[in-house]
Amino acid sequence: MKKIPLWIWQILLLVALFAAWHILTVPGLAPNFFFDNNDKAAFFFGEPLRIFTAIWIWFVDGEIYPHLWVTLQETVLAFVIGTLCGLGVGLWLGLAPLASAIADPYIKAANAMPRVILAPIFMVWFGLGIWSKVALGVTLVFFIVFFNVYQGVKEVSPVVLNNARMLGASKAQLLRYVYLPSATSWVFSSLHTSVGMAFVGAVVGEYLGSAKGVGYLIHQAEGTFDINTVFAGILVLTVFALLLDYVVTFAENRLLRWRPGQSETERI
Amino acid sequence: MSVDHKAMHKTVSNVVSNPLHNPPHNTMHRTAMSLRNLTVTFAAKSGNASYTAVKDTTLDIADGEFVSVVGPTGCGKSTLLNIAAGLLRASAGEVTVLGEPLSGINTRAGYMFQAESLMPWRSARDNVMAGLQFRGIARMDAIKRAEEWLERVGLAGFGARYPHQLSGGMRKRVALAQMLILDPKIMLMDEPFSALDVQTRQLMENELLALWETDKKSVLFITHDLEEAISLSDRVIVLSAGPATHPIGEFIIDLPRPRDVAEIRMTPRFLELHEQIWSAMKQEVLKGYQQTRNKLVA
Ligand SMILES: Nc1ncnc2c1ncn2[C@@H]1O[C@H](COP(=O)(O)OP(=O)(O)OP(=O)(O)O)[C@@H](O)[C@H]1O
Ligand SMILES: [Mg+2]
Repeated sequence: MKKIPLWIWQILLLVALFAAWHILTVPGLAPNFFFDNNDKAAFFFGEPLRIFTAIWIWFVDGEIYPHLWVTLQETVLAFVIGTLCGLGVGLWLGLAPLASAIADPYIKAANAMPRVILAPIFMVWFGLGIWSKVALGVTLVFFIVFFNVYQGVKEVSPVVLNNARMLGASKAQLLRYVYLPSATSWVFSSLHTSVGMAFVGAVVGEYLGSAKGVGYLIHQAEGTFDINTVFAGILVLTVFALLLDYVVTFAENRLLRWRPGQSETERI
Repeated sequence: MSVDHKAMHKTVSNVVSNPLHNPPHNTMHRTAMSLRNLTVTFAAKSGNASYTAVKDTTLDIADGEFVSVVGPTGCGKSTLLNIAAGLLRASAGEVTVLGEPLSGINTRAGYMFQAESLMPWRSARDNVMAGLQFRGIARMDAIKRAEEWLERVGLAGFGARYPHQLSGGMRKRVALAQMLILDPKIMLMDEPFSALDVQTRQLMENELLALWETDKKSVLFITHDLEEAISLSDRVIVLSAGPATHPIGEFIIDLPRPRDVAEIRMTPRFLELHEQIWSAMKQEVLKGYQQTRNKLVA
């Protein structure tokens, strides 16, 4: 048992899941115990082989690339803009107690509001192109980053701060060399969540109204009850999200090397 | 006990009758820093009553003098140092630095904090060069000097490590280099070596004395280790237990210089001084301990 690496088990689980899916949905393979009709399982849950064929065709014909590209653009833009705004406002409010006291109830309200309902408004403001999706993603990313930066500024060690002041740091230098690095470390700790949120904003925006993007493909297929294409889109999105997460982990490991708690010892 | 009391009173009255004490070196006449009639009262905050940590404390440091302050834990040593650094405002009294009243940060002083003070997101080298960077010195130059200082504190080759990858003692040495690279006229040191093992500690103490002797900086050194205080200083000041801490004794250390901190501890004069100061301190230490305990119980 011990000799088999973990990832083999993980792959086996994946294969088993797809096999079960295949057996339960392809008409005639398994006896009907729930649906009264042979084709109904396939209608509701799709068939893995057809799904993979759909994906295969997307990639071979190249039909998917423009859509993926649009979704990626929206995600990255929402992430970058949301993070910068969150960083700026977080730093500002973190350092200005009066402003933060005044803004406090409004920030709480804005954060409590389900922001997905803003999507139609953004469509009206920014049209059906990528910017309405970016705007939705920004509202989702902003608050995550904002709260983390705000917290990060509040929790800068007073000793570190005083030390920097004794070493001759001016106000601007404190901001740049102490508050900002401390806040960015908090931003990075929320990186996975905020990238995920940017992605959610992009896909939901596309789904609600657009002419391009993977969310749009799914919406189209749904309109014609093409469940296999819907699932194909979902699978592509999932893999895409996993890749994004991988990139984030990579960036995190590079940029947060100074963080304690990830120490590794070598076995001799 | 009564004998201790007498000895203590003698010392105090000595100081009082001779407020401008004899500087230990004849060449020194200027005052580097003077704390006059300082009182520090921390404002009441969420259920805590206001607390007077330091009361009516006067303390002078001559140019080039090495002064140590000892006192029971929690008596207000760090508080005094924070005021000298300009990080904390006294409720009453004033601070003058090289003849000028202090307002804001004490820019002539370097401060080695008791708690962790390195920027965790900067490597050891980048921490050491931080002060130079803040002063706008060219990066290449700053790096070169930082490497030199790391070598002087025995950390050559550790420049790329982050603080969490260094031992507690190594971090203290980085902090020392970080302060010394700016060549401050006055050094404020808050129990800088208490995290080090005895050997490293003596090495660092000797290194500090060597640095101090070449540059003739003024040092205000806080420690809870009486032996350390005596072996390093020109003068040792004993603080009373809190609240309302104030100096209760002042002892001139007339041991010859240059000193080796390990060897000097064996000399009869050292033992004599130690005995004298300890008898003055003992009661205060017990009092301080008792008070801390009572605080916890209450
Ligand atoms: N910001 C503060 N607000 C209220 N009380 C404080 C504050 N800072 C310090 N004190 C109190 O002032 C007293 C002196 O504290 P200080 O840190 O100066 O002690 P210390 O002599 O340096 O002790 P140690 O040797 O343990 O470092 C303590 O009783 C402490 O509780
Ligand atoms: Mg202290």
